[in-house]
Amino acid sequence: MAIIEQEPSIAALPSGAARTAAKPLGAFSRPRNPVGLKNWLTTVDHKKIGIMYGTASLFFLLWGGIPALLLRLQLARPNQGLLSGAAYNQIFTMHGTVMIFLVVMPMGAAFANYLLPLQVGARDVAFPRINAFSFWVFLAGGIMLNTSWFLGGGANGGWFNYAPNNGITYNPGVGIDFWNVGLLIAGIGSLTGAVNLITTVLNMRAPGMSWMRMPIFTWMTLVTQFLLLFAIPVLTVAQLLLLFDRRFDGNFFNVDQGSDPLLWQHLFWIFGHPEVYLMILPAFGIVSEVIPVFARKPIFGYPFMVFSGIAIGFMGWGVWAHHMFVSGIGPLSVTAFAVATMFIAVPTGVKVLNWLATLWGGKLILNTAMLFSIGLVTQFTLGGLSGVSHAVASADTQQTDTYYIVAHFHYVLFGGALFGFYSGLYFWFPKAFGYKLNEKIGKWNFWSMVVGFNLTFGPMHILGLQGMPRRMQTYDASQGFNTWNMVATIGSFILGVATLSILYNALVSYRAWRRAGRPDVGPDPWDARSLEWSIQSPTPEHNFDVSPTVTDLDDFWHHKYQEDDNGVLRRIATGKEVAQPGNGEGVHLPAPSYWPLVLALSFPLIGYGLIFSLWLCIPGVVLLITALYGWSLEPADDLDDDHGHGDHHERELVGANG
Amino acid sequence: MAETTATEDLDHEGAAAAEFADQLNDTPSDFVHHEEHYTSLGLSNMKLAMWLFLGSEVLLFGALISTYLLSKTRFITELVAGNPYVIEGISNGENGALVNEMIAEASVEPLFDIPFTSLSSFILLMSSLSMVLAHKSVTEGNYKNLRIWLSTTMLLGATFMAGQVYEFTTFYREGLTYDGSLLGTAFYTLTGFHGAHVTGGLIMLGSLIYLSFKNKMQMDRAETVELVGLYWHFVDIVWVLIFTIVYLIP
Repeated sequence: MAIIEQEPSIAALPSGAARTAAKPLGAFSRPRNPVGLKNWLTTVDHKKIGIMYGTASLFFLLWGGIPALLLRLQLARPNQGLLSGAAYNQIFTMHGTVMIFLVVMPMGAAFANYLLPLQVGARDVAFPRINAFSFWVFLAGGIMLNTSWFLGGGANGGWFNYAPNNGITYNPGVGIDFWNVGLLIAGIGSLTGAVNLITTVLNMRAPGMSWMRMPIFTWMTLVTQFLLLFAIPVLTVAQLLLLFDRRFDGNFFNVDQGSDPLLWQHLFWIFGHPEVYLMILPAFGIVSEVIPVFARKPIFGYPFMVFSGIAIGFMGWGVWAHHMFVSGIGPLSVTAFAVATMFIAVPTGVKVLNWLATLWGGKLILNTAMLFSIGLVTQFTLGGLSGVSHAVASADTQQTDTYYIVAHFHYVLFGGALFGFYSGLYFWFPKAFGYKLNEKIGKWNFWSMVVGFNLTFGPMHILGLQGMPRRMQTYDASQGFNTWNMVATIGSFILGVATLSILYNALVSYRAWRRAGRPDVGPDPWDARSLEWSIQSPTPEHNFDVSPTVTDLDDFWHHKYQEDDNGVLRRIATGKEVAQPGNGEGVHLPAPSYWPLVLALSFPLIGYGLIFSLWLCIPGVVLLITALYGWSLEPADDLDDDHGHGDHHERELVGANG
Repeated sequence: MAETTATEDLDHEGAAAAEFADQLNDTPSDFVHHEEHYTSLGLSNMKLAMWLFLGSEVLLFGALISTYLLSKTRFITELVAGNPYVIEGISNGENGALVNEMIAEASVEPLFDIPFTSLSSFILLMSSLSMVLAHKSVTEGNYKNLRIWLSTTMLLGATFMAGQVYEFTTFYREGLTYDGSLLGTAFYTLTGFHGAHVTGGLIMLGSLIYLSFKNKMQMDRAETVELVGLYWHFVDIVWVLIFTIVYLIP
């Protein structure tokens, strides 16, 4: 399928200057200089797409957070009847699904989209239209998944929806179908996004940006995208098998026909464990950018940081069955996967030690971005330690399906990934929007999050070890779970308010900035190290005036600081002096397009068709084919928008591909 | 590669101007596109993306083939005795003859017409050859041959698909239904997925032929033909695997 989408790009000549087809053959011509909403709907600019990813992700954070608070309310006291068992099942399933697929993954994609081209010194991603398509199809899948609340109820089998419980026999409602089809659609976006971003990093680096000069964030995102590239198809297969079972009476997970429902668990976790790493690696990358800037030191052990990330990427494929220790896979498999699980902690430990060594002896600037990064290092380490304890298979047998596991993965995903993302939001906010977030509110934001987070999830370790099972709607007063559950519920509400306070902060900071007459924050407000700080803030639409030539790791830093004759590091220029002025004259940018959005809209139509009536698939497929051909035959650029022929080098770097 | 020298820039400009002139006249041109688009790896973005996509497809078919193998084993196990332990009897040689006979009667293998499927596999493999010749023609600027070889590839691919449709119909009539057994589900899903990929390839080939007749598939777009070729060869190689695993290995 992807190849058809990509045909236009093939058809486009790389120079972006002239092509064989003069007239647009599609139904629409390219939108010209759209403004307002239309601008956002048709944009192919990686920065706008990144901002849209981030906004959607924050919206889903709110959307997935409400169910979490409902769960905590239900569990605050024993024997409560706030939620029925059926509602409880749907709510925890949708909480997990939304948070993983529609919050953490797209938040990683938001940073990747915004930063990758900037950090490697490119004008845009390799295929700007496919980039827009990736976002729209993710959003379409995410919204479709959540419409299940209004069209028959959410999925109710946990975020992994194990077979045979996910089959039509045990789960006749449409919730599972929405989960299945919605995630299949969102997965298309992840896959096209992965192809696009990998191509960008591998192929569109600025002159001199060799492998070992790439920023750590770029490296970690590259590993992440490779994990997506290979993990998504496995989930796709599992979900298609389930779809065929449920809609077309297949027998893949039909125990009556002798099938092995464990197949689902294997396929799901072969996807699912790389998934865990592809959620945390972008946050690792962010922290590796933030800590050196605010410790005023280069990252300690750059090659070790790079190779430990790659090692995690490889080893992440060999530990999936540690999710299945109690499924009866046999002692040999259990041992092998337990050992592999212990080993994968090694590269992660390397990272933690390198961050500590970077902090060690640094002139620490403890602003909000740095605090969130240190928060990640601390809390992720706690989560990592409870993770290693799962590698002790005999202990894990006791811990499986208890709150101990819930505590563990919230420590790595909330205390780890989300803290990292918040660090990144505070750090790169001035680059994207031109003003800093308020530090005072920021510190409140951080400390209230730390308190709320640890109050919520810390007690779950104890509850789990006491034997409180996950996914249980309620418990009895005699079981001894009362106190810690109440503490966790109180903590969760602190955490809810704290997490949202970043939105309040953005509002307050924006108003203060507007009142002050929109002062220029400057290209380099943090005295930072990587290429994105060598251009104006907010980032000009064309990114770089001229493609930078890179001679060092942290090249921008070396333009600002150099050793004098005595070997003492001295500042020789400010960021403002070395930064590019932001003059985009003569730069030719890819034109906006309607087709990514149109193509993305065809998928939910087909999806609803698969769930409710196959007839609905017909308009969906017609729209799909129309959009594919419209896309293919659309000229990659609007010739009339050409800025003249004087500047082909620029044009090349834009990647007219489209 | 890394630096664009002044000379290259001039070349580049000349090339662009020539193309632009062509375009104004809207006449087909034999102009050869010499310039190298700057990329860090020296491989075009499209080709790199196609390789990445095919890498992802490997995992897709890997998971499907594994599912088929597992399902087949489970189907036979279930069929033979209704309990998983008799399968050990097969390997131990106990009741071997009886067990094998039961499997042979009920499994999918008696349905197979190996000579027929071998022929259609051969046809599909030959289409890879014609695809290579199509790419060679377009790089040489021989557009007539391009159309001939693209049409040949499409015809061979369509013949293969017709064979699959015929085969599915026959199997279905003989009782191997999609929902009737685990084996049926697994068989039709795996081969059907491959068929869907071939169909996608046929649509791409059709589009190329159409563009070629409109004089819009010329030397400067030889890479398009190459990319469709990469996809087509990949689908062929997957069929070699499926044919071996599903049809040939008992």
